[in-house]
Amino acid sequence: MIRFLSRRLLWMAITFLLVSLVSFTLMHSVKGGPFSKERKLDPAILANMEAAYHLDWPIWKQYLHYMGPLNLGDEGWFGKGEQKGSDPFTGVLVGDFGPSFRYQDFTVNDIIGQSLPISALLGVVAMMWALALGVSAGIASALRRGSGLDLSMRLAATGGIALPNFVIAGFLVILFVFLIPLLPVAGWGTLKHMLLPGFCLGLGFAAYISRLTRTGMLEVLSQDHIRTAHAKGLAPRTVVMRHALKGGLLPVVSYLGPATAGVLTGSLVLERIFNIPGMGSHFVNAATNRDYTLAMGVTLLYTVLVYSLNAVVDLAYTLLDPRIRLEDQ
Amino acid sequence: MADHGSLERLGLKPEDAERLLKEAREFKGESLWSDAWRRLRRNRVALWSMYFLVAFGLMSFFAPLLPMRNPAAQAPEIQFQSPTLNLGDSGYLQEYAADDKITSEEIVNAYWPEMNSLDVLFVKVRLAVFGSWQPGFWMGTDAMGRDVLSRIVWGSRTSIKVALIASLFSLLIGVVYGALSGLLGGWVDNLMMRIVDILYSIPFIFVVIFLITLIGDYKQALEEWGIDRMVVLYLVIGAVYWLTMARVVRGQVLALKHKEFVEAARVIGASTPRILFAHVVPNVLSIVIIYLTLTIPAVMLFEAFLSFLGLGVEAPEVSWGILAADGTAAINPLRLFWWLVVFPSLAMASTLLALNLLGDGLRDALDPKMRGKD
Repeated sequence: MIRFLSRRLLWMAITFLLVSLVSFTLMHSVKGGPFSKERKLDPAILANMEAAYHLDWPIWKQYLHYMGPLNLGDEGWFGKGEQKGSDPFTGVLVGDFGPSFRYQDFTVNDIIGQSLPISALLGVVAMMWALALGVSAGIASALRRGSGLDLSMRLAATGGIALPNFVIAGFLVILFVFLIPLLPVAGWGTLKHMLLPGFCLGLGFAAYISRLTRTGMLEVLSQDHIRTAHAKGLAPRTVVMRHALKGGLLPVVSYLGPATAGVLTGSLVLERIFNIPGMGSHFVNAATNRDYTLAMGVTLLYTVLVYSLNAVVDLAYTLLDPRIRLEDQ
Repeated sequence: MADHGSLERLGLKPEDAERLLKEAREFKGESLWSDAWRRLRRNRVALWSMYFLVAFGLMSFFAPLLPMRNPAAQAPEIQFQSPTLNLGDSGYLQEYAADDKITSEEIVNAYWPEMNSLDVLFVKVRLAVFGSWQPGFWMGTDAMGRDVLSRIVWGSRTSIKVALIASLFSLLIGVVYGALSGLLGGWVDNLMMRIVDILYSIPFIFVVIFLITLIGDYKQALEEWGIDRMVVLYLVIGAVYWLTMARVVRGQVLALKHKEFVEAARVIGASTPRILFAHVVPNVLSIVIIYLTLTIPAVMLFEAFLSFLGLGVEAPEVSWGILAADGTAAINPLRLFWWLVVFPSLAMASTLLALNLLGDGLRDALDPKMRGKD
């Protein structure tokens, strides 16, 4: 366990370093910099702004300053102390993503603090939809193998995997907002606002989960211990729920890691369609507005999030299935 | 043929050996491909998906030949017209059709920003056949008064082009990387797969969006190298989607290296290139094709996704992602422009569904584990 976690931590550190290094280098090698707008700034002001954000430093020094709590100063290589800028910025490694380049009264931490809970909530709603729909459809399919129900479920699953969520969202908005006016078209705040985006976001994953559940259940249902359970006279419901489900859901658990990453990705589009002020819309805006610190902060945060979630899922997997050892992963 | 020493050891007379060899030659083995084709033909869904895709591909390739309205001409006075099935009018390039002397530049200027000479030829053929007739707005018009039907068809060209080129690019990287890793083995293999692991765990979508916006700043420098936004799109998407391919190819190569039939080929004295091209490549190829058919819809989706966010294809070019974005942008609580959402979505949905179904069918047909079973 300890060995597994420390190894994962090491790989995460390497990944993190790689992502930060590449995106930082790309970001700072841009000619003109983030403050070259259509309206030219006065050169003196520009110089002051650049100094305030330490853009006049050599790039390696900027990177070190961005990453670590090194408290670098203007003088010398690692000179400490006086800085022209007055920001008490400490560095990404201690959880400070610095000031936003565009929203000048906000730090990146402020913006993430406001929008991450919204995205997380949307993701949770989506995963709940995905699990509820996917698992029940998969079980029903497996129990009625070869029936019309099974066939239609599988076709629906193929559709759910093939169709982009913004296409599904368009159809559902027309259906549930215009034809049958039940739900609000966009916005955020109440449960009603969450239902439709969550559903659209979760549907693709529901489709995949139903496939995995079906395959897993079929495999388990053909095993000896299920026959034994039937033979000793347990009710069919008990056999399925108590004995088959645990084994049948194992593939679903291992899929939860990639699914979470996918939910984060999908929310980029859905947050835009439904006008939800989450991390996704902030990221797209930041990227198109060249708000580099914000875009980079979100990227780095998601790298860590996805990595840790995957590690957690792998851990959960070994707890559910003792046959799998952590070193195998 | 075979030398006599080995025949004696096997206790065979030369004439028996000749007969056996002749029998062996007459026994026609079923190749992987004919077997797979037979299996695929039996899969009705996959077959119809293939027909549909071929028809769709032809339509999109020959789009300039079809009598359709201009996909780019803006006419704000006819914006948001609902779909009507009328016979159409003869407004298409009318001023040019009147006198018979149209130049390529005129067509390009009047029609579409970037056309190659083949497309111009197609348009000339179309003018010769259909004259200046064009259909009515069978699928309505969008916010700029452009015909939705012809935008869907012309958009399919971009979407298919991006999907094919980017998939092939990812295929190239993935196969070379995976095959090298599998063939070299040892610590090189280990290192190469660790790199893939690291890349897997990067949330690529963010890095890609980041990259694409940054590339806007290098636009002029890149254009000097002949790299425009489309090329960047191919490269970036291709660079994201090669990981699975590399893993799969490496696994297959590793497994094949120690397969009995490869050993058998080596025992009967086949040369290394022969083993490689007669035994290893065809077996890797089948799995490569399976993953290619599954990568193409994924890439198409990714392009639509990027274009939807305004980071992919740029106007005046049109792709399905842009059409979907236009459709959702037109959604408002007052009036419902359903045709802007429904028709592009149907086009995209049917194509992606067909690609996925064909991919599934191909996997069933080509998967070595399914061979010999039904």
